[in-house]
Amino acid sequence: MIWIDTLVQGILLGGLYALFAAGLSLVFGIMRLVNLAHGDLIVFAAFGILVGVTTLGLNPFVAALLAAPLMFALGWALQRFVLNRTLGKDILPPLLVTFGLSVAIQNGLLQAFSADSRRIPSSGLDQASLDLGPVTVGVAPLLTLATAILAILALNWIFYSTALGRAFRATSDDPVTASLMGISPRSVFAIATGLAMVVVTLAALFLGMRANFDPSIGPARLLYAFEAVIIGGLGSLWGTLAGGIIIGVAQTMGAAVNPEWQILSGHVAFLAVLLLRPRGLFPRAVD
Amino acid sequence: MTLLETRALAAGYGQFRALFGVDLRIEAGETVAVIGANGAGKTTLLRSISGVLRSDPAQVLHRGEPIGALPAEAILRRGISMVPEGRRLFPSLSVEENLLIGGQARRARGPWTLGAVYDLFPILRERRRSPGTALSGGQQQMVAIGRALMSNPELLLCDEISLGLAPIVIRDIYAAVPHIRESGAAIILVEQDIGRALSVADRVYCMMEGRVTLHARPSEVTRAAIHLAYFGEAA
Repeated sequence: MIWIDTLVQGILLGGLYALFAAGLSLVFGIMRLVNLAHGDLIVFAAFGILVGVTTLGLNPFVAALLAAPLMFALGWALQRFVLNRTLGKDILPPLLVTFGLSVAIQNGLLQAFSADSRRIPSSGLDQASLDLGPVTVGVAPLLTLATAILAILALNWIFYSTALGRAFRATSDDPVTASLMGISPRSVFAIATGLAMVVVTLAALFLGMRANFDPSIGPARLLYAFEAVIIGGLGSLWGTLAGGIIIGVAQTMGAAVNPEWQILSGHVAFLAVLLLRPRGLFPRAVD
Repeated sequence: MTLLETRALAAGYGQFRALFGVDLRIEAGETVAVIGANGAGKTTLLRSISGVLRSDPAQVLHRGEPIGALPAEAILRRGISMVPEGRRLFPSLSVEENLLIGGQARRARGPWTLGAVYDLFPILRERRRSPGTALSGGQQQMVAIGRALMSNPELLLCDEISLGLAPIVIRDIYAAVPHIRESGAAIILVEQDIGRALSVADRVYCMMEGRVTLHARPSEVTRAAIHLAYFGEAA
């Protein structure tokens, strides 16, 4: 019975990793840009929600709802005024710039909020649980997985059933020809990064309610997110969900054997998938 | 007023210059052919007009306004659309989505709708759910032409629409050109197939090594003159 419980907890943890990764997957799928500051932007959004809850006295969900459009605007502006300038044939400039951004965000948060570990107060939600026969699941992890699935459903709907999604896919295929269709690749990229930041806000909400965070934890979140994207296959959002779940299950299984093995077993699972399926489980992009 | 004009258009790629002062003009509703050998600068000319390559603002005039420095997306919104060389369909999009994206950015009134494009090329209606790149070369060319028409352009730029296609397929594609003319669009037709180009064009320009070497009406021009303009004195 302990193994069923471990499996379920792993799947639920995978929901959180999928939320970390969905925005990264979207941006990478459209413009082949790896945003090394992705994890730090999650932590940044978590502090933003924390401020909304502690100083304005808002419910965390309301605070996240207010933060989402602000994060969209931030992502849009970041892409429009900074990251678009780094895109080109050379893959190094976007890596350097987002790495610098990562360092800047960490230090900015350290200056503003100190190195203390914080948590978004959720009035007992982090303690609540449901008894489902053989397993007991936390309400917060269940909500996280449900949110991850809904976020991926919504992103897939945008991607495959709207004019905006058509522009996303066309720009991803061939930006020059997309511009001949009257589509500006630069503004398409800006909207994509804005959307990614909305998902980042959701990730930040659940990260902040479920666990302690401080300004330095961003890069580790980026690593889990990146592994989930690679396991799933570039450009596939459902693949990213599967990737998150694989890492989550591997981590809880490893931790069940020996608590010291939690992080390690997630990385080992990532390497194992990479060894067997170098292009990930469900690759969509051809390159 | 002249629909589009290039004045001493110079363009190139980095250090390499491909066009040396090209003067070309086209009136509304007119069909103009641009012929020339490989490397004559025909594609560069279309890429400069369509905004893929930027030039000095005053080197390209649309209804008298300088547009040479505008990006491709702004040129499309002014009613100039392009069928690029090699078709360049979007592999992630179905045939129908490839067509829809052509009309997405410019909502102009005009005859071209999804239904009108399917009437022009009925085979595309049958294949509308297929990925664009799963079609035969000729069908892909039809999608590329339909995609460019979906913005209801005043000026359609066609870059070698017969390239790599069988003669019978080329005939089918060229059968569409009179319908496009009737819809009111002016057409610049870049071609290596001189016979095809002369049969549909009101005027013809011949280019060689980045310059215009001949400009005439098809009825006034002799084979010898074209030969000279195409290959130069030495040939």
